[in-house]
Amino acid sequence: MIPVIVVFIYLVIIGVIGTLAFRRSQANTEDFFLANRAVGSMVFFLSIFATNMTAFAILGSSGQAYRQGIGIYGLMASSSGFVIPLTIFFIGTRLWAIGKRFGHQTQVAFFRDRWECSAIGTVIFALSVAMLVPYMIISIMGGGRVLNDISGGRVAYALGCAIVALVVTANVFFGGMRGTVWVNIFQTLLFLLFGAVAVAVISHGLPDTFGHYIQKIATNPKTRYLVTRERMPERYFWSYTLIPLSSIMFPHMAIMCFAARRVTAFKRTVVLYPLAILAIWLPCIFLGVLGTQLEPGLKNPDGILLHLLTDHAPAWLAGILGAGIISAVMGSDTHQVLAVSTMFTKDVFAHYGGKTKYGERGSVHFARGFILVVTLIAYVIALVTPASIFELAVRFAFSGFAAMAPVMIAALFWKRSTKYGALASTLWVAAWLLLTW
Amino acid sequence: MKLKAYLLTALVAAIYVLHQDFWNWRKAEPLLFGFLPVGLAYQAGYSILAAVMMAVLVRTVWPKHLEYVEPEIKDPKGDRS
Repeated sequence: MIPVIVVFIYLVIIGVIGTLAFRRSQANTEDFFLANRAVGSMVFFLSIFATNMTAFAILGSSGQAYRQGIGIYGLMASSSGFVIPLTIFFIGTRLWAIGKRFGHQTQVAFFRDRWECSAIGTVIFALSVAMLVPYMIISIMGGGRVLNDISGGRVAYALGCAIVALVVTANVFFGGMRGTVWVNIFQTLLFLLFGAVAVAVISHGLPDTFGHYIQKIATNPKTRYLVTRERMPERYFWSYTLIPLSSIMFPHMAIMCFAARRVTAFKRTVVLYPLAILAIWLPCIFLGVLGTQLEPGLKNPDGILLHLLTDHAPAWLAGILGAGIISAVMGSDTHQVLAVSTMFTKDVFAHYGGKTKYGERGSVHFARGFILVVTLIAYVIALVTPASIFELAVRFAFSGFAAMAPVMIAALFWKRSTKYGALASTLWVAAWLLLTW
Repeated sequence: MKLKAYLLTALVAAIYVLHQDFWNWRKAEPLLFGFLPVGLAYQAGYSILAAVMMAVLVRTVWPKHLEYVEPEIKDPKGDRS
């Protein structure tokens, strides 16, 4: 029960930080959604990194490494470490400048102004929300799994999902972007430390060395594929270098770019980003592969890290490390929830006259109402979906947003691009998502 | 200026190509530090290389002109969506 108590203490700390942010908040949408565009350099890095690291990064990666081996690191992590900082460098900085110059708070607003077309914004809004909800679902699933596994089943999966969804919702509901960013500082530091500490602790608790287990995997023809990429087609591996293009198209990433105080905040972020990915993914992938020897035959390998921690770490440390995993889960979920409500409020509610009718305060109330509705939908789907975290993320969120990246690139760098081209491209992505359902 | 752009484009393209380390595809050994399979160690090193590449880009082609952007709207809290 000790790990559960530690995790609950962590959740209370998150709640307290959110409350403090709420006390500092002002009743206008610029403050609620973008923290008055005043996010400093180091906080910007910690927050934008938390924005992108989901349950996928810790639970999904280790679970998939358990199934497919070390290739998952090159497939998702090192390719992300190359592509994402490049997109932040070339696209994120331009988005920031345009947002500052014209007051945009979302990418949808930018697209509407860029091509002077309301419809393109509405279509991109609808598609973005449809692709973002699966991403929210994996966060809720991840939270439920952590609480369920770490409590040895005492906290039911459905209750675990509900607790995480509730804390995230309350944090965004009251704290807005400021609450989200403040919580992110604490969360990112916690989950950046998670990997190294987990490896050290598990190593200490094993009867043999890591090298012994890896040699055992490598010399057995049935398991050798786990420490090579012999079952991973080279073309499949290459195709995943396109997946991280999704990152800059995530509405929550674009909104974070708008929130920076100065464009120089991006400098530190793009350099540290690949190293931070290394710090999280390398231990998770390695432990996922190691888990095939220590915890063989798992039906749902997404929980492999939790099994390893429960069996090989002291209870209190397992709790802190569990909190580290939940940090990754919640850090991104809060941004996703905030992004969905920001887009709804600015791109639909205000755009179609709601703000004129209900005023600035009314807009914030509607944003909060929308947060509740979307989280509830994501929660219900999280309880019934049979898909794994990896599958959900890749099939719906990553592929869809990556396919939308050309629209962003055209908007920023192709002067002769037209609204018809952008609209056709967006509808094509929507059609393919439906056709490959 | 043009030469610098060409060189940096070539650098980024070369690093992109290096991601596809086909020569490590079927190898597990040698194990770095006695436990890290070579394919995983290579890709971990690649992440460090990506950080170095970004540091070079920040130093050489940072979009300095963006640092002087000023808002064109009177009420920054107003709604432009």
